[in-house]
Amino acid sequence: MCGIVGLFSKAPEIEDSLGEHLAAMLTQMSDRGPDSAGVAVYRDPAPPGSSKLTLFSADPLQDWDALAHELGQAFGGSPEPSVRSSHAVLVVEEEAEDAEAWVRGAHPELRVMSAGQTIEIYKETGRPQEFVRQFALADFRGTHALGHTRMATESRVTTEGSHPFSTGLDLCLVHNGSLSNHNRLRERLRREGIDFQTENDTEVAAGYLAWRLREGASLEEALEGCLEELDGFYTFLVGTADGFAVLRDPIACKPAVIAETDDWVAMASEWRAISVLPGAAEAREWEPAPGVVYAWERAKV
Amino acid sequence: MGAGSGRRLRVGASEGLTVGAAETTAAEVVDLAVTPLRELNQRLHDVARERPHPRRWRVVNPNGAHAVACGLDAEVDVEIEGHVGYYCAGMNKMATVRVRGNAGTGLAENMMSGTVVVDGNASQSAGATGRGGLLVVHGDAAARCGISMKGVDIVVKGSVGHLSGFMAQAGRLVVCGDAGEALGDSIYEARLYVRGDVATLGADCVEKPLRDEHRAELRELLGRAALDGFDPAEFRRYGSARTLYNFKVDNAGAY
Repeated sequence: MCGIVGLFSKAPEIEDSLGEHLAAMLTQMSDRGPDSAGVAVYRDPAPPGSSKLTLFSADPLQDWDALAHELGQAFGGSPEPSVRSSHAVLVVEEEAEDAEAWVRGAHPELRVMSAGQTIEIYKETGRPQEFVRQFALADFRGTHALGHTRMATESRVTTEGSHPFSTGLDLCLVHNGSLSNHNRLRERLRREGIDFQTENDTEVAAGYLAWRLREGASLEEALEGCLEELDGFYTFLVGTADGFAVLRDPIACKPAVIAETDDWVAMASEWRAISVLPGAAEAREWEPAPGVVYAWERAKV
Repeated sequence: MGAGSGRRLRVGASEGLTVGAAETTAAEVVDLAVTPLRELNQRLHDVARERPHPRRWRVVNPNGAHAVACGLDAEVDVEIEGHVGYYCAGMNKMATVRVRGNAGTGLAENMMSGTVVVDGNASQSAGATGRGGLLVVHGDAAARCGISMKGVDIVVKGSVGHLSGFMAQAGRLVVCGDAGEALGDSIYEARLYVRGDVATLGADCVEKPLRDEHRAELRELLGRAALDGFDPAEFRRYGSARTLYNFKVDNAGAY
């Protein structure tokens, strides 16, 4: 069991209070996943030519200012670290791939949680309520956000094994379920040059999506590929720069509800996570059909 | 003070309770925004032993809570204003539970008797393993509706998802819309009626002729569900081909 939430704003008032709503939704899902929690928030786009990295350090004494200084020396400018608990966001005057590669090379002790223009990923072990406080979730403004509460079944409870998983620039995945063919698929994807940091099954699904997207598939095509390639149970919620997408496996044991009003689209494992949103009682609500990709994008709303 | 007010704190306003009657007639209102769920369920369980007791209950602000009005064992009417989470009205006996919203997984699971009505949609496994009573879903029911039903009657005004009626042993499942894949897989003696399309039939489930007694049965069930607008003649009947009851090696491929 895990909990998934997603919120996509269609109104400025929702953008202004995105973090507050996300925190409330995540807290509602805390009994579904008391082991760890995480969010991806899409907000404050980096200027053209620059990119945004979210970094995690296991060292509580991590000197983020020193790292920012190094990044400034490598790529110019004077990045200011925005620190939240064990994570820091840095806007770097460089394309995301190159900035990410530099961090991986120069600082192997750090984890790149996300890279892109707008995405920020924060995740940590511990109770979701604690996570909400520790990362001051209620402060976030943004266009859309995803969240996850984890009850681990397939691999260890670690920060790296928490969700969301980055699946490429401005992309991420959260998952409720378990995959049974992840070991074999991980080896196949490694041969394709996809890098894995954990033994986690969801990271393999994220790697699969990253690989398909890298090979030119659209997000819909990559998700439809999951129906063929992934064996197991899943409700997936995928975040993109412009929106999010939902997919349930054809057996559909894992729950999902979607609700929409004039002001927002929300997805969650259960209604109680959506019930905390303004106007929820009047929302149009339905359960996504198995094996069907549902996607919302800013341009299409 | 009517029954139910006063000594029970954090319960919403009671509306015009009658003192001294065998059963009070106005609804006892419980607001789940302030009353803990366990307290509500405990009170609903206690009424079976209390005289007099409130006959009608209104539950407001369910906000998707799980296990609302579970394990009832008395002739009470419970009306829930909003969406409920998992296992609402599970194990219901005698009570009438109405959800004015949608219901999550396992609605009326293992109900024994009484009536459960949902105005909206029901998630997967609605009416699972039910032994008796009537479950009515006015919207759609998702996957595995009536899975392993053992005597309950289920009437769905909309459609049902895949694997509905899986291993259904007894009772009737009436679907006024369509049925998803593998309807009635490994079915025993439950009777399935579908008005719309069936995506596929599951193993050992076959269409059977709709005779007069079946039309009469449908009319009775639709009437009890207050869905008289549907013509019983428009339905098709499905049931067991009875080839998987006892293991025969010739059928091994079908399991």
